[in-house]
Amino acid sequence: MNIIVCIKQVLDAKDVHLDPVTNNLVREGVPSIMNPYDHYAVEEAVRLRELLGGKVTVLTMGPPQAEEVLRQAVSCGADHGVLVSDRAFAGADTWATSYTLAMAVQVIEAFDLILLGKQAIDGDTAQVGPSLAMRLGVPYVTCVQKVREASDSGLILERMMDDGYDLLAVDYPVLLTVVKGINQPRVPSLKGKMRAKTMEMRKLSAADIGADPLCIGLPGSPTQVEKVFSPPVRSQGTVFTGSLDEQIDQLVDSLKPYL
Amino acid sequence: MDYFLSEEQKMIVDTARQITNEYIIPHRAALDEQDKFPREILNAMAQADLFGIPVPEEFGGFGGGCLDIVLALEQLGRGCIGVGTAFAASSLGIYPILQAGSQEMRERYLPDAAAGKKFAAFGLTEANAGSDASGIQTTAVLDGDEWVVNGTKQWITNGGEAQIYTIVAITDRSKGPRGASMLVVEEGDPGFSCGPKEKKMGIRASSTTELIFKDCRIPQDRLIGRKGTGFITIMKTLDSSRPGIAALGLGLAQAALDEAVCYAKQRIQFGKPIIAFQAVQHMLADMAIQLEAARALVYGAARHIDAHPHNMSKVSSMCKVFATDMAMKVATDAVQVMGGYGYMREYPVEKMMRDAKILQIYEGTNQIQRNVVGQELNKEYARASVNG
Repeated sequence: MNIIVCIKQVLDAKDVHLDPVTNNLVREGVPSIMNPYDHYAVEEAVRLRELLGGKVTVLTMGPPQAEEVLRQAVSCGADHGVLVSDRAFAGADTWATSYTLAMAVQVIEAFDLILLGKQAIDGDTAQVGPSLAMRLGVPYVTCVQKVREASDSGLILERMMDDGYDLLAVDYPVLLTVVKGINQPRVPSLKGKMRAKTMEMRKLSAADIGADPLCIGLPGSPTQVEKVFSPPVRSQGTVFTGSLDEQIDQLVDSLKPYL
Repeated sequence: MDYFLSEEQKMIVDTARQITNEYIIPHRAALDEQDKFPREILNAMAQADLFGIPVPEEFGGFGGGCLDIVLALEQLGRGCIGVGTAFAASSLGIYPILQAGSQEMRERYLPDAAAGKKFAAFGLTEANAGSDASGIQTTAVLDGDEWVVNGTKQWITNGGEAQIYTIVAITDRSKGPRGASMLVVEEGDPGFSCGPKEKKMGIRASSTTELIFKDCRIPQDRLIGRKGTGFITIMKTLDSSRPGIAALGLGLAQAALDEAVCYAKQRIQFGKPIIAFQAVQHMLADMAIQLEAARALVYGAARHIDAHPHNMSKVSSMCKVFATDMAMKVATDAVQVMGGYGYMREYPVEKMMRDAKILQIYEGTNQIQRNVVGQELNKEYARASVNG
């Protein structure tokens, strides 16, 4: 069973804020983490490998420092890491990202299963999973909340819905995106951390994956971010005090100018 | 303070901290209330390789030393020393095999212990033999190619939960201290059973039972080391393990200090947070000073032991006494700083105060530790006067 897990390095949401002047994300001093949903995808992949054998390859597209999340995934039990990194990928939207990941997947190896977190906490689009499946020509199931049964021939899954869940049987190859709570991700083991520290990660450039320059990065992205801004800060409001009648008088007086 | 830990040691701290924060702290109150053995938490620790820390790499472990296990136990102690005790007692249980077991015995038991698939326990104490180990009544008599064990061990941590028990029994009473031997008893051996769980004041997540041997027959090769070397193995085992108990004290005291300081910053009396009052500030300062002094001593003692000195009893006992007396004091003061809230079960410090007491009692009472330090001083100074 060959499993590929696509993961993403994101800024820790607890510390994210925008520069009030430039409206750009302030990255300095903000720790980068593995997208929280991806933890569940890595854990589910490792569990399936423990059950069925095979190997788990984690794949990420990002700047060189995104290698950190690959190491984190290896410390949690993944077998190999692949970093797809190139300046030409900068500015990719979900369309260009899924193209890049699809090209990379085809270079890596044949797969039975691809797992992703249902979305990343920075863009929050939840588009990359389905888009990647479309490009690879495999069926997909989003928002998987439980793998009920797993065998070499296929999976029985619960797909989370607003009013319960769908029960689905799928064959390989298939792509799944998983939700929080599908499992409890393990604490990285000491041996896993030691292995992750020294493991050589495979690095692929745009040329290595045979990407069309017009399909990657900014040129390949139909979505252009025109402006990012923080919502205006709301004023504190006015608190009227005194007896109820006095408060009503004050309220009426304060509304009069708008009449 | 920076104690210049290695990369590997920082990994151990991070791993144990994550287990503590995610698995222990959210459940410690319930485990305490329900006297519940923390099986799931121990499984998570096993998965994270914590059980492998003291086991050599050739047996699937991490090959760590005393400081490595101290760092892990300090973090676990920050969460709950009941859970920490269950973990520490398993390490204690395999130490005799590590120290004195044959290669065959090590191959048989250590891989499962390192993987956390099997838990261990250490059986020394009896009704009439605690501080005075020479009062041991349990006997092991060779009959053909089997040992026949009879007797009862008391207050054995991990009793009923462990699969591997290393126990001491008298194999030749006429030889006094040289007549004691250590043996491995396994769960399910004929004639071996565990008593009911004892009801304790603290560390209620850990299991404490009697071990009962009634004509318990075990194979001859369960003898650890040579016949008659039981006391030497026990002493070496306890010398290596005591800093671990000290480390539980460090963790507990750190947690108590954290709670007390956070409370003192929030609690308003007479119009100010109580941390603004010198009476409270000085208490907190003393807690922090004592804790840091104890940490420096425990880490120093652990590093000393890792250098494999000829004699480590003195520093081992010193750090156990100092850190556990400190933990009792700091936990008591944390309750005092928090006043009525501290006394209530809604807050974690009353549990810490109940738990801390055992640290001064088990693995050799602090009075016995002072005996050890005193006797070592006596020997050292005798040599000093001879040597000038």
